[in-house]
Amino acid sequence: MGRVLLLVELKGGNDGLNTLVPYADPTYRDLRAGIGVARERVVQLDERVGLHEKLAPLMDSWKAGDLAILQGVGYPYPNRSHFRSSEIWDTASASTQTLSEGWVAQAFNGTPIAKGIGVDCVVADTNVLPSAGPSLRTIVMQDAENFLRQADAMSVVPGVSDGGNPALNHLLSVRQEINAAAAGLRDRLRSAPAPVDAYGQEFLLGRQLDLATRLLTAKVPVIAIKVALGGFDTHANQAPTHERLLAFLATNLATLRQNLIGAGLWNDVVVMTYSEFGRRARQNASAGTDHGTSAPHFVMGGAVKGGLHGVYPSLSDLQDGDLRHTVDFRNVFATLAQGCWGQRYDFGLRQPQRLGFLV
Amino acid sequence: MSTRLGRRGFMEAATAFTAGLSANLWPAPAARAASAMGFDDARHLLSRTSFGVTPAEIRVLESLDHSVAVDRLLDSPRREAMTPAPGWLGLGPAELRRRQQAAESERKQGADGKKLDVVRPVQEQGRELKNWWIEEMIATDQPLVERMTLFWHGHFTSSLMKVRYPASLFRQNALFRREALGNYATLLKSVARDPAMLIYLDGMRSVARQPNENFARELLELFTLGEGRYGETDVKAAARAFTGWSVDRETGQFMERAGQHDDGEKTFLGKTGRFGGDDILAILLAHPRTAETVVEKLWREFVSLKADPSEVGRLAALFRESGYEIKPLMRALLLSPAFRDPANRGALIKSPVDLIVGTVHVLGLPVPEKTGLVRMLQGLGQTPFDPPNVKGWAGGESWISTHTLLLRQQFLRRMVEATTVAPMEGGMQMANRPNRRADRREQLPPADGSTMQMMEPPRPVEGRSLRGAGQEARLGPTLAGVDGPLLVRTLLPRQPVDGGDANGTAGAVVAAALLDTAYQLK
Repeated sequence: MGRVLLLVELKGGNDGLNTLVPYADPTYRDLRAGIGVARERVVQLDERVGLHEKLAPLMDSWKAGDLAILQGVGYPYPNRSHFRSSEIWDTASASTQTLSEGWVAQAFNGTPIAKGIGVDCVVADTNVLPSAGPSLRTIVMQDAENFLRQADAMSVVPGVSDGGNPALNHLLSVRQEINAAAAGLRDRLRSAPAPVDAYGQEFLLGRQLDLATRLLTAKVPVIAIKVALGGFDTHANQAPTHERLLAFLATNLATLRQNLIGAGLWNDVVVMTYSEFGRRARQNASAGTDHGTSAPHFVMGGAVKGGLHGVYPSLSDLQDGDLRHTVDFRNVFATLAQGCWGQRYDFGLRQPQRLGFLV
Repeated sequence: MSTRLGRRGFMEAATAFTAGLSANLWPAPAARAASAMGFDDARHLLSRTSFGVTPAEIRVLESLDHSVAVDRLLDSPRREAMTPAPGWLGLGPAELRRRQQAAESERKQGADGKKLDVVRPVQEQGRELKNWWIEEMIATDQPLVERMTLFWHGHFTSSLMKVRYPASLFRQNALFRREALGNYATLLKSVARDPAMLIYLDGMRSVARQPNENFARELLELFTLGEGRYGETDVKAAARAFTGWSVDRETGQFMERAGQHDDGEKTFLGKTGRFGGDDILAILLAHPRTAETVVEKLWREFVSLKADPSEVGRLAALFRESGYEIKPLMRALLLSPAFRDPANRGALIKSPVDLIVGTVHVLGLPVPEKTGLVRMLQGLGQTPFDPPNVKGWAGGESWISTHTLLLRQQFLRRMVEATTVAPMEGGMQMANRPNRRADRREQLPPADGSTMQMMEPPRPVEGRSLRGAGQEARLGPTLAGVDGPLLVRTLLPRQPVDGGDANGTAGAVVAAALLDTAYQLK
């Protein structure tokens, strides 16, 4: 086994109801009188739900059967703080529990991975939490050339004894991580070809996917890469912003798919989107939506079993105006840990369910 | 010499001192106390109690007895900031909200979902507030007070991200400064009524019918007892006791809504009564763990990352006996054998504020516009008025990741470059960013992490780095005229890791020391 997980964080809380639209449900029109996606702007997936038309670039993947849409993903007693809820997702904790180690790192606790090169995870945005922990070596690298240049400027540490000083010892070990990563990545990255299809530059995500593609085509043996698209905190005048974000996301994920298929790598990669929460079911007074709970998420890759997974949350059985989640995100993580890396890990669940989207 | 140990005093001494100093000569002071602590002890004391240390500042202390120096540091703390307060303090939250909404709707006028570049007052005030404090940290004549103010901000956190009323955070900051070296009981009681705290931990919405437990929980877990020393029923009882403490929506001031207070009987930590908020605080202040929690935190901040339980017990007892006076506690802490133990020198990692404010101070860099510094602090993980969560900054080793270590080095290289091109007469200029408008916008830092642009000074030493500038390198008045070995001993708490050459040119020595891994330590 050995698939690279590409995490795509949608920062700010993506509105699931206007992403995977329950177009046939009259309650949807009622809740979203102003900002609801009109029926003719929905790309129907079945008789109940469809994608926002701006997500149409994903339809190639859908038709090829390598796009899974996980419905109603969330967790019990949801927290609506951006920070806290991101932390819950990133550490796979219960809502009342604070963990410091990320879920990807937890999956590798007790089973050290082969230290082929000096790095296990590359984070192209700034949030490292999913892979934070002693079991993995994570590098934050927004720009490959810049990282290599900075690492070069900080040369290899000459043999220094820490003299029993843990603070110095920590500094030296982080420095060694940087040096080791740079050494492992330098030649591979510098010889990696530019992606055949270029990514959009409107958001940082485009540059991050460019870096991710280079890492993958250079066959850098990492277990995970993380990128992010911000701007989903749409409290007011949501529709134009949200459409722009969805269009950019879909176009660039489609480009990613093309590039990886072209490079013969699509079977070795699993792409997953996630967001700290969905939005409130009913739109607010300023044509936006407030922080809510569960939302659908996309999983793509040559090994992915496409289609709709899980159950769309009921719009008529809300809890304080919020959707009730139908899939616990920790089951999604357990499925990915098994399907990507062959790691069996329960993420604190008594009986984690392996979901059917990845074999 | 001034009897006060303010920075202004230091600077006056520095001028006199550098004027009379010839190369490679560190003259022994005329009147040395019998138990003078000497250069390295003085450096250590200053590195832990201020932001950045200059040779002149060390010079003022080195001939003193350690306890005399500590007493002077604590002598009469400044209780108010020197930097003028922002102009918008009088604006109430209701009015600010109205202006914000007007700005937001104007902002949305743009076509194609693109937002217009409209100044939003909440964001603008937040930016000015952060700049204001950085300004104060650099300008203050009592860095220890700022250090303590920052410490209390990390202990009793509130964040602009949630408290979208910057004036309340300014007033909370003023409270932390007033009691920085004052009294913890006073601080705790004031914080419980502090509007920013009432907003941040949802106290303002806590009513008898539906008590909000957020403040009560953090009060027990973080401000006083620590986890595991209370139960869920204690949290619930405390939450009921604080119901009705709220914030006036028009003025932003604290107010008690008597009708919303739960006056019923409560049982809290084994005691029963019709408790109000102050009764809960009194019970917590009577509990021995409260003092220990605070002392442990101060130990990690000032002494080392590993607290010694018996020393914590001794200091906590003293803290309680003094009625929670902070000054005698800090005195005892700074005089403790552990603080002076050579093994604890260079054993703490500089926080981003230490690194950035300290470097600006040590190099004597004038920085007219603070937004660049704040953005760098944000990149390194310590934005003032915006701690990551209610626990404040974890600090210690967590300051250093692969990402932040590279960013730190990049910041220092930029500082080195800025120093390089210093004209003799005016010191160094860090540019006012050409586009202040761009500063106002919430934006991600550029992908290469660069956040500062250096303006061409009038007469630069052309294109050379400090390292290569040789004799032409102009060090600021803070470092000029000091010989190489002493520059290294000033800038680093232990011998260099990367083995810089202390006998090179002054510019090269300073550049090497700043980029040395040991510079990350204090």
